[in-house]
Amino acid sequence: MAAVTLTLNNELISAREGQTLLEVIRDHGVDLPTLCHLDGLSERGACRLCMVEVEGTSRLLAACVTPVQEGMNIRTDSDRLLRYRKMLVELLLAERSHVCSVCTMNGKCELQALAVRLGIDHVRYEALHPALPVDASHGRFVLDHNRCILCGRCLRACDEVEGAHTLDVMGRGVRSRIIVDFNQPWGSSFTCTGCGKCVQVCPTGAMVARENIAGRVEKRPDFLLRILDGRQKRVWRW
Amino acid sequence: MPGVKDQKIRLATVWLSGCSGCHMSFLDMDEHLLELQKLVHLVFSPLADHKCFPEGVDVVLVEGAVANTEHLALAQTLRRRSRVVVALGDCAVTGNVPALRNRLDSEGLLQAVYADGERLPGLDPRREVPQLLSSVLPLHRVIPVDVFLPGCPPAPRSIQAAVGALIQGESFVLPESMRRFG
Repeated sequence: MAAVTLTLNNELISAREGQTLLEVIRDHGVDLPTLCHLDGLSERGACRLCMVEVEGTSRLLAACVTPVQEGMNIRTDSDRLLRYRKMLVELLLAERSHVCSVCTMNGKCELQALAVRLGIDHVRYEALHPALPVDASHGRFVLDHNRCILCGRCLRACDEVEGAHTLDVMGRGVRSRIIVDFNQPWGSSFTCTGCGKCVQVCPTGAMVARENIAGRVEKRPDFLLRILDGRQKRVWRW
Repeated sequence: MPGVKDQKIRLATVWLSGCSGCHMSFLDMDEHLLELQKLVHLVFSPLADHKCFPEGVDVVLVEGAVANTEHLALAQTLRRRSRVVVALGDCAVTGNVPALRNRLDSEGLLQAVYADGERLPGLDPRREVPQLLSSVLPLHRVIPVDVFLPGCPPAPRSIQAAVGALIQGESFVLPESMRRFG
């Protein structure tokens, strides 16, 4: 595959054609924050946290869905980007009810960890406190819409890896919501195989296993690559 | 000596809508409280018996969210009378657990707790308890806040670090290792 050269934070680097900016940036040791990206799943560009500045356009581009091009000049750490990243996470925290102290994922949550990393010690925006339901109709799993950030990892894992496509998104904007089949209780789904991949890849406490509700959650989102490497490359890591 | 102003810092702590866990965490500073006591006068606190929030406070630690009219009035008073206001813990910083009632009707809540069911004899919830605000608010939505100490509760070492810096007149931002919601 052809190589391309580009500039990353004033440093000349090379990449393979067809790579995304996110892959290239991470290959070069820059730990760009993400929430919707997960190794093994298709990219979605939902969380916008991986936005970077690319010379020649005033728009910020989400690195996960931008292919590399010859001669690109990229910045990942400008004051503007740091400000926007912080703002994005604060808006996520304000949109639904992310009350860490009573969340089963407290201490293991990717959103909570990211807030710490980005220097968030309070949220400047008014919290919306929407009255969202909790779907506890499934025998093994619980879906709490109050904790959901709509990253879409669950539905991609369900569709792309499990092949069930039980989960999807309904509605637009602030009314968007994860649904099961035709917007029905999870426990009544005929397509759900009960595999639990959605639970493992969920970065917050929106999806948890019942046995974890009293705490001690240990999610393993990296299991996806183990499955996919075996399935696609015949490489099994036990 | 009475009447002579000494160099001690005037520290206050306030308990709004919270569980007092942040005050427990403050007390968990253990022997550091003895050092602190040499440097500050505790001029207002649920840990001591003061009737009103005094003038000329240097640093005030505020635990709890703003949930009713009494909290709101106290928040405004403490802001006017204090140099540095610290939001202590998740309730003061985000609303936290008290704010979970924001999706419910506040009038109905007061009714359900104080009027329906087993009544306290002679208590009129509309007159004798502070009226609930329609939404529970974090402190910074009501008054300007200088320092945020998230955590449920913030660790004693975080409170110690913050108070230590603030009573020396230094500014303070919680370092990443101590920053955490929940």
